[in-house]
Amino acid sequence: MTLLVALPILLPLAAAGLSLAFGRFADVQRVLGMVVLGVLIVDSAVLLYVADTFGPVVLQVGNWPAPFGITLVADRLAVLLLLVSSVVTFAVLLYSIGQRITDYGRGASSTTFHPIYLVLCAGVSLAYLSGDLFNLFVAFEIMLSSSYVLINRRATATRIRAGMTYTIVSLTSSLLFITVIALVYAATGTVNLADLAQRVAELPDGLQTALGLIVLIVFGVKSAMVPLHFWLPDSYPNAPAPITAVFAGLLTKVGIYAMIRTQTLVFAHNESWRLMLAIALITMIVGALGALAQNDINRMLSFLLVSHIGYMLFGLGVYDTAGLTGVILYVIHHITVQATLFLVSGLITRHTGTVALSRMGGLAKASPLIAVLFALPALSLAGIPPFSGFVAKLALLQAGVEAGTWSAYAVTGGAVLTSLLTLYAMARIWTRVFWGRVRKPEADPDPEDELVVGTGTTARAMVISTGLLVTVSVAIAVAAGPLAEISGRAAADLMRHETYSTVVLGGDP
Amino acid sequence: MTERDHRPEPAAEDSDSWTEWDVPAERWLLSGYCRDQRERTVLLELAARIVFPTVIVFSLYLLFAGHDHPGGGFSGGLVAGQAFVLRHLAGGRLDDSSTLSMRPPVLIGVGLTIAVLTGFAPLLFGEVVLESDIYKFTLPVLGQIKLVTNLFLDIGVYLLLLGVVLDLLRTLGSGIEANAAAARREQS
Repeated sequence: MTLLVALPILLPLAAAGLSLAFGRFADVQRVLGMVVLGVLIVDSAVLLYVADTFGPVVLQVGNWPAPFGITLVADRLAVLLLLVSSVVTFAVLLYSIGQRITDYGRGASSTTFHPIYLVLCAGVSLAYLSGDLFNLFVAFEIMLSSSYVLINRRATATRIRAGMTYTIVSLTSSLLFITVIALVYAATGTVNLADLAQRVAELPDGLQTALGLIVLIVFGVKSAMVPLHFWLPDSYPNAPAPITAVFAGLLTKVGIYAMIRTQTLVFAHNESWRLMLAIALITMIVGALGALAQNDINRMLSFLLVSHIGYMLFGLGVYDTAGLTGVILYVIHHITVQATLFLVSGLITRHTGTVALSRMGGLAKASPLIAVLFALPALSLAGIPPFSGFVAKLALLQAGVEAGTWSAYAVTGGAVLTSLLTLYAMARIWTRVFWGRVRKPEADPDPEDELVVGTGTTARAMVISTGLLVTVSVAIAVAAGPLAEISGRAAADLMRHETYSTVVLGGDP
Repeated sequence: MTERDHRPEPAAEDSDSWTEWDVPAERWLLSGYCRDQRERTVLLELAARIVFPTVIVFSLYLLFAGHDHPGGGFSGGLVAGQAFVLRHLAGGRLDDSSTLSMRPPVLIGVGLTIAVLTGFAPLLFGEVVLESDIYKFTLPVLGQIKLVTNLFLDIGVYLLLLGVVLDLLRTLGSGIEANAAAARREQS
């Protein structure tokens, strides 16, 4: 049983090792990656059933007891996100394999991409499952250091410049992260989250608040919360489409997950959290307005990503079961939809040869399939029923109204406004890209680099994987009932964290 | 500024061999090829030749002693890597080709795989992932041996680290030197 918890971390790592060793056999790498990520989906689905039926599954690695050893905890929240993430990583890998075969032929092997991508997946899984603060740091480092490679790989000078911003900002936040772990350890003598839940509560109020705020800043940088979001729209759009998709879909959401975990378990609040509500409102509005000002499709999507981080912060700010249910639903919805949109943007630029919206047009006629693949996630992101975005937003707005304070009302209003702005941004992309007269694709501005655009070719694998994610997003809306129930139970777990602590520290739930 | 790559030829009896007294007599550790003559330091080359085996043995000692003494796969691998760094400093990029026939990424991959598979091994004995055991047994000549199963994880880490250092030498060391040499050749 506990093996299920170790697999999402160890399996991609082992596959990464094998993939490196078989660096010259492109097909071996591809099959290995797809099989392992496929197994991960099955594994996390089983784990979700187990965790939901029998309670959290805890693995004390190497059988070292809880506050001292490394603990992996698979509770409802962690496993839900693990499942969605593994579906997204699977689809993105399929997409990039398709892209590579189209551009370079079947025999072109890539020594670095597959191993690094698998290590990134292992890092993401570890971040969800880790039961102590230091291990969470390790997970972030595994994830981030592979992302540095992926974003700077075979880059041109412009892309390196953008990648440097990302790398330096991430390293700075990691530095702050390790510092705050040292502070927490100095104050409490433990880094185990379950143990911390009890120890931190005994600290003086001022110290608790200070530590909590530093942790908030650390994860705020990682999840691109305004005003710590500045690095994101500059760096993400410069990576190849599948890389941007997995970064936008997963990395920021892992930051949100860590924020939810620490702020509910370790630095628990007693009531609605006004600071977070204010940040949420600013994040939503700044992101949405920033998106409207863009001409570059990828930058626009990046600003929308920032804006929608605000929704997740909103639910966390409301800080009750309904709010957290909304956050969990929103994270699940947003991981799939945001990744899909970036994949579609990759398909679009292959046909247009440019990322500038003002120089595109007529794609609906030229390739109606892409138009459909864009329309569904776009409507979902804007929160139009009956898509997943609507379900998640509805849950959040209800939570905001039920909270009944003036600050919650204000943010609820802001959320509705942001929804409209998102719809407007999506409509702008739609009219510019898909309507208008058909234009010839522009030539690739930089034929040397990894970003191949304007060839007009799309592999079937790329379309299928994008379609897969669109289907998942629709499936989320179809299965909204059961999903909302599981999210509700996960949120209830977060609010009553005694269960988590007892299970981790030994004892019956 | 051309690069002087030349094989060491057995000095003829009557030639003025004293001018080439510093050309290695045999291909032991340092290959006979040498870089630009003006960049050579005899002291470093000699020191590297003498120290290299010792450092490797020391790194293996660290690997085996690692369980309850200072050391382990990580520091062992780093020390072994340093031995190769020393060789690189002394011999330059032409030395690297003769060091290992395995490509560094393969070494990293094999190391990582060994390390992770060690994590799964305890499951075969009905234990938890990454759990370790201690076996003690007596061998005829060596006396009592204490084998901690963590050692296999450490061996993986050792190989991984060594692979990383070699890869760094290959890309940042020899790679840059090769580029510089190519640029020089273009200029002249």
